[in-house]
Amino acid sequence: MDWQSAKHLRNKIRAGEIKSVEATKAVFEHIAKVEPIVGAFISTFEEQAIARAQEIDKRIAAGEPVGQLAGVLVAIKDVLCTSFGTTTCASKILANFHAPYNATVVEKLLAADAIIVGKTNCDEFAMGSSTENSGLKQTVNPWDTKRVPGGSSGGSTAAVAAGLCYAALGSDTGGSIRQPASLCGVVGLKPTYGRVSRYGLVAYGSSLDQIGPITQTVEDCALILNVIAGHDPADSTSVDEKIAPVSDYLEKLDEPVKGLRIGIASGLNAGADEQVRKAIDEAIKTYRNLGASLIEIDMPHFDYAIAAYYMVATAEASSNLTRYDGVHYGHRTPNPNDYIEVYTKSRAEGFGKEVKRRIMLGTYALSSGYYDAYYLKALKVRNLIRGDFVRAFEKCDCIMTPVSPTTAFKIGEKTDDPLKMYLSDIYTIAVNLAGIPGISIPCGFDDKNLPIGLQILSPAFSEDKLLRIARMYEKQTDWHKKRPLI
Amino acid sequence: MSNVDYKILVGLEIHVQLCTRTKMFCGCALSFAEEPNSRVCPVCLGMPGSLPVMNKQAVEFAMLAGLALNCQIPAFTKWDRKSYYYPDLPKNYQISQYDLPLALNGYIEIPTKDGTMKKIRIRRAHLQEDAGKNLHTAGNFSQVDLNRAGTPLLEIVTEPDMNSAAEVRGLAEELQRIVRYLGVSEADMQKGHMRFEPNVNLIITRAGQQFKTPIVEVKNLNSFRALENSIDYEISRQLDQFLETGETMEMGNKSTRGWDDVKEATVLQREKEEAHDYRYFPDPDLVPVEVNEQWLNEIKSRLCELPLSRRLRYIKEYGLSEYDAGVLTNERATADFFEEAVKKGGEPKRVCNLLTQVGLKLANARGCNITELGPNACDIAQLAKMVQNSEISATAANSILEEMVKTGKGPRELAQQLNLIQKSDVGELDKIVDEVLKDNLQAVEDFKAGGKKSGKARGFLLGQVMQKTKGRANPKVAAEILDKKLA
Repeated sequence: MDWQSAKHLRNKIRAGEIKSVEATKAVFEHIAKVEPIVGAFISTFEEQAIARAQEIDKRIAAGEPVGQLAGVLVAIKDVLCTSFGTTTCASKILANFHAPYNATVVEKLLAADAIIVGKTNCDEFAMGSSTENSGLKQTVNPWDTKRVPGGSSGGSTAAVAAGLCYAALGSDTGGSIRQPASLCGVVGLKPTYGRVSRYGLVAYGSSLDQIGPITQTVEDCALILNVIAGHDPADSTSVDEKIAPVSDYLEKLDEPVKGLRIGIASGLNAGADEQVRKAIDEAIKTYRNLGASLIEIDMPHFDYAIAAYYMVATAEASSNLTRYDGVHYGHRTPNPNDYIEVYTKSRAEGFGKEVKRRIMLGTYALSSGYYDAYYLKALKVRNLIRGDFVRAFEKCDCIMTPVSPTTAFKIGEKTDDPLKMYLSDIYTIAVNLAGIPGISIPCGFDDKNLPIGLQILSPAFSEDKLLRIARMYEKQTDWHKKRPLI
Repeated sequence: MSNVDYKILVGLEIHVQLCTRTKMFCGCALSFAEEPNSRVCPVCLGMPGSLPVMNKQAVEFAMLAGLALNCQIPAFTKWDRKSYYYPDLPKNYQISQYDLPLALNGYIEIPTKDGTMKKIRIRRAHLQEDAGKNLHTAGNFSQVDLNRAGTPLLEIVTEPDMNSAAEVRGLAEELQRIVRYLGVSEADMQKGHMRFEPNVNLIITRAGQQFKTPIVEVKNLNSFRALENSIDYEISRQLDQFLETGETMEMGNKSTRGWDDVKEATVLQREKEEAHDYRYFPDPDLVPVEVNEQWLNEIKSRLCELPLSRRLRYIKEYGLSEYDAGVLTNERATADFFEEAVKKGGEPKRVCNLLTQVGLKLANARGCNITELGPNACDIAQLAKMVQNSEISATAANSILEEMVKTGKGPRELAQQLNLIQKSDVGELDKIVDEVLKDNLQAVEDFKAGGKKSGKARGFLLGQVMQKTKGRANPKVAAEILDKKLA
């Protein structure tokens, strides 16, 4: 398949130069060839997609207006509710669950005339960093099929990288968009907490979860964000646009940020592999060549982020996941002796190991007598980390770090050591605790031809500036045009 | 057995269902006895990905009730999740308020037997969502109806300040009146709008030594009768148990009992208080509620005169009996109607009699409130004034009111139609008195004889006048004429 961006495709479809049906069929042909290797999808909707494409073509032929994403083929992570197909969260407990409604972001995509290709694999309930925790299937990295795509949105990033769609949605609780985007060589944005409605996103860590775009380019990222951002009356934590207005993220995208000040925390990058460090240094050099200056910043509480995160996220998860009990929907154990067994056995059979581990951890953290020492203390750390970022952004426009300390690792390499796996998110986790936006953009390859990602962070609700900064780099490089040979 | 003396301590938890337009965290309408699972949506079903949105009306109702209970309304309150597994609880956690309730440190005043007022302290009042209902009518299966899930409940917790079953009932009834006055709850016991959970124990004094019996919580009482009877039952049961076993209150020996309406007894549900860990924590899906002064003042402006103070005012201002004042102030609609009729010129006592002797009886029989009977406050005032002006007798007024309700006609029209206008014409009455005197010479003699018989004879003669006029003689005018003639 020829490489082209979502925006490019949309423009051609709108202009009648490409039929939406043809573009859709081409994607499904590609899926038929490549998906058996990659395993990005839990479900696909070919018939429905072609029907929608026909309808879009008809409207274009009739000169009727079409939406911002007319004919753009989008994949969505299977933690987002759809009234069509299943919403599994890659868990056995919801393997046959049909949601009765669409998530707000799905409604927005459909209203913009996007075409939903399918729902992508991920770590069960978005808990993991490699998509190996999926209870339903395995997804591989299109750059090296013996390696993980990252996680938890690994199905979405693999689908974009392998050209199985033009854009995808993921969710990011501790790095779940940015880390797999980095490992798959695509662009992934975690917007500010409250920028995008969470209504219909199956909750993992409610105070950390945020939906975001996964795309081939920064420009496509801005295009998708334009569609999904904004206040939603159904989500009390989505921000009032009077307080934090939503911009047209495409409008000034090509305007470089003048006098860009990049915050660098010395020591922060020290834990990353040498090749990753080098790629980041090179990227920063590119920015310096564009006139940016480097500012030394101090993140004194950064080291406590992983510990605090695993208290807050698991505490919330333990509560969010209590509803999967076999009583109302989802997997129910076949022969319970009493109603207690409906709970205990259904959950024991339905949840995977990592989900159980996090439920137990979170339950413990919230137990009376431990609450103050764990959950409450973690909230205090969270505030300190938030403060670190606020102080840092007084001196700089953005902060740059690696996304992941390593490039894609081998399947099975870290599954026996959860702590080692947790450390894959060392650079991304603090960002969710602080609620600020972060983006991962391709910035090179290691000697195994595995992609490396650059993370850029900016103050809350400054996605417009963040995207412009990312775009400055994208224009100077062609990493984003490199595709795996799958 | 040595001489024992005891005192009972009762604290009460009350769940009041608020009559908001929609549920606590979603747009579903509240329901009663609808088709099971017909008033539900992804939010109150606890579907994956759904999120709660706070119902502002429920918060305002709760604030209003809090203010009426003399509570402080803190500037900051939040929502917490209370976790426990139960089939009628779709998320397996209930959204409630834990350490920062919406209202705290109030009190409610109730009248006591000796006519004084007693303050019962309110520890806190907070909002929460109700659970659904488990149904066990389908053979081997249990079914869950989630229509009720998400209904807003105000939980009010008192201090253990009540010392008799009658006081507890008094408080419960006063609270029912208050929430109805405020219009925040229908407080219909039959529909389970108020549910009570008393905590009961005794302080027993024996041979100069004090003992406290273990606390018993009686769960889920939904009538005043059950509330009162269960406490009376507990008094004797706890006393007997103490005399038998000597067991006293300790950490962890609080038990839970239920009320069996048929046996008229409490029955043990849970022996020892289980170490329940609800793992409360702030609900990350909801933002905290900040109450600023402007909002609070706006809610304060919605407060109305409460039933107790109205009752006392009726006694003091209108000279009504305690009983009548109680009847009139029991429902706000009745009291408002009464006051309007008084404002239109009806004498309070007269209006009160019309309403309590006729109006409320008819309203009760029809299952409506007094404003829905037909006659408006002006009609009632006019009717009262006709009695005040001696145009009709008090008895006639009652019959006229009954007819007004039946026919929708005005009081004057009916008085004429039913021939109930009193005769006050001196000339006509003069003639009748003369006739009566002529026909009853013995009575006239008795009157003139004086002494005991005199008064009786006068009464008899007046009675004869009334009889001759079929009760329509103005008794005052008739008496005057009679007295003149007998003198």
